[in-house]
Amino acid sequence: MQITGAQALIESLKKEGVDLVFGYPGGTVLPIYDVLFKEKDLKHILTRHEQGATHAADGYARSTGKVGVCIATSGPGATNTITGIATAYMDSIPMVVITGQVATNLIGRDSFQEADVIGITQPITKHNYLVKDAADIPRVIKEAFHIARTGRPGPIVVDIAKDAQNNKISFKYPDKVNLPGYNPTLKGHSRQLKAAAKMISLAKKPLIYAGGGIITSGAAKELKEFAIKHNIPVTTTLMGLGAFPEDHKLALQMLGMHGAAYANYAVQECDLLVAIGARFDDRVTGHLPSFAPKAKHIHIDIDPAEIGKNVRIDVPIVGDVKLTLIDLMDKSKVEPGKHEAWLKQIDEWKNKYPLSYKKDKTIKPQYVVEMIREVTKGEAIICTEVGQHQMWAAQYYRFTKPRTWVSSGGLGTMGYGFPAAIGAQFGNPKAIVFDIAGDGSIQMNIQEMATAVNHKLPIKIAVLNNCFLGMVRQWQELLYDKRYSSTNLCNNPDLVKIAKAYGAEAMRITRPEDVKKALKDSLKIKDRPVLMDFTVAKEENVFPFVPPGQAINEMLVD
Amino acid sequence: MKHTISVIVENKPGVLHRVSALFSRRGFNIESLAVGTTADPDISRMTIVASGDDQTLEQIIKQLYKLIDVLKVFDLPELESIERELAMVKVKADQKTQTELTQIADTCGAKIVNVAADSVIIEISAEQDKVENLQRLLEKFDIIELVRTGKIALQRGSAE
Repeated sequence: MQITGAQALIESLKKEGVDLVFGYPGGTVLPIYDVLFKEKDLKHILTRHEQGATHAADGYARSTGKVGVCIATSGPGATNTITGIATAYMDSIPMVVITGQVATNLIGRDSFQEADVIGITQPITKHNYLVKDAADIPRVIKEAFHIARTGRPGPIVVDIAKDAQNNKISFKYPDKVNLPGYNPTLKGHSRQLKAAAKMISLAKKPLIYAGGGIITSGAAKELKEFAIKHNIPVTTTLMGLGAFPEDHKLALQMLGMHGAAYANYAVQECDLLVAIGARFDDRVTGHLPSFAPKAKHIHIDIDPAEIGKNVRIDVPIVGDVKLTLIDLMDKSKVEPGKHEAWLKQIDEWKNKYPLSYKKDKTIKPQYVVEMIREVTKGEAIICTEVGQHQMWAAQYYRFTKPRTWVSSGGLGTMGYGFPAAIGAQFGNPKAIVFDIAGDGSIQMNIQEMATAVNHKLPIKIAVLNNCFLGMVRQWQELLYDKRYSSTNLCNNPDLVKIAKAYGAEAMRITRPEDVKKALKDSLKIKDRPVLMDFTVAKEENVFPFVPPGQAINEMLVD
Repeated sequence: MKHTISVIVENKPGVLHRVSALFSRRGFNIESLAVGTTADPDISRMTIVASGDDQTLEQIIKQLYKLIDVLKVFDLPELESIERELAMVKVKADQKTQTELTQIADTCGAKIVNVAADSVIIEISAEQDKVENLQRLLEKFDIIELVRTGKIALQRGSAE
């Protein structure tokens, strides 16, 4: 049977199990949207900006583990997806971004709404494709999904010329991919596994440093078993939140620039650091030569290029984190260490330097996060924007499950959280989905309120409103002698009125005693988003804070 | 330290850009680059000369392997490889200087491939230092134009 390239695209997406795409139409994707008009099995969600569509696809992917898909037109439509693609790339999120391209006879002529999308997206995608021939569409989609979701996942751009969408082909979806240059290593090398097992058995003060790879690989259960079996405390990166239950006695919360003091002390004192699915990012390590100075390093990662990139590794293991942890548990036949003195030391640090803040008559932003945890019993999916509120959410929500933390770690994209929450809510219709936001960030993609209202999504938006770009202001206070250059947002619009204008519920909370009730009330609303504008302490800082370039135990704590 | 890296790639549109952009994006400097198809027309071989310490080189190779179109990457050990550059030099020449130029060409293993009324073109295919040596010898004759390819190299023996 002969079908058009656009029909072949939709059929291919369905073959990949896609039932939901986010997108925004335009000239060069009209053939695709014409197919979507009649399509019953694949739902299209119209966002109000292409950036919103990419973040929604990303939030969907992070919260479900499936590949997120979005569609945008050529030129400005495609360039609007760039921030979303880069966000997904930095955090290794599987995503397929389909963009329209001008017809093949117009490519290279500076045609209307033409942009070199392949050139632009090359450094921020795992791979990308320009499709000029309709016959290539099934193969390319097959490969795109395969590459996006295997190995170290990442976003793939498929740029399809308009005539390729219109031309007819006989459709046959390939059974398998043929990519001789792409063979991710899944099984760790047995000699390395043995060396690691031995090193672990000899360690007196071991520490696990777990990253987003645990979540990606679905290895939270194995990590917990491994840590408990060997009595090794676990600190996680920002991306690793939810990889290990933070209410467990071996949990050390987050490390790094805004990590818990006890996590950072443990890193600096440990004699063995087992990095699992983490990449020694500068926000984690601080001053690199001073990082974990007493430790031998084991590094488990699926991406060989991450091993030895920033830190010298004693035992590298390239492989899927989950498979490697299973193998490692099989290999280590030695009696696991008890590490009693080490765990006691860590408990002392925990007692002496807990994550804390001072309460007063104002609403403390940390308190709002604690109350969100209380009313949701820690069961919600927490999305965030980027800034102080993100760090408070990371420090005070106490995550216990994977895929409940949806936040832009690597790129640090303000405006990410709200559209990501839309994607997360679509992917998890029964879950309570929160976007914890700042008053700066929420205004960066506020237009998606129309999408959320349109689809009756009961997303809770908790704006920690301090009338500042808080994180930048904090740096200005601590590092630039309080010169608050362009960080004062005192002329913010009335966010309650804005939300209401879109048809959402909204309320302003100004007293600490009203916080919990407002949050509880928000949970009762099931048919529209709720924006809670919390007027919080204006100049509250995120502590601990490791100033850039310092060793991570050189923290400012208040 | 200089390294000669062979990159075997699928001969697909944009692959040269993917490889060269990776070098610049990761802050690695390319000193020369030569590309051509292999015995299999679907597969090309890039020979890239880049400088950096061993850690940088390791990172370059690992990053190259992450490109989907890259099939194989290897660092060619200098002592175990045959390396060549091709250069053509157009030099001012008259009847008086032509004999001397022919002698220089002969000594350097180069040859005169074109003779015009007031100039000659000398071609050399050799290791980099020999190419540069010829260039120095020709400087006094007034070089009009000079063109050099990037280095190409193959490892001796049956190893790939």
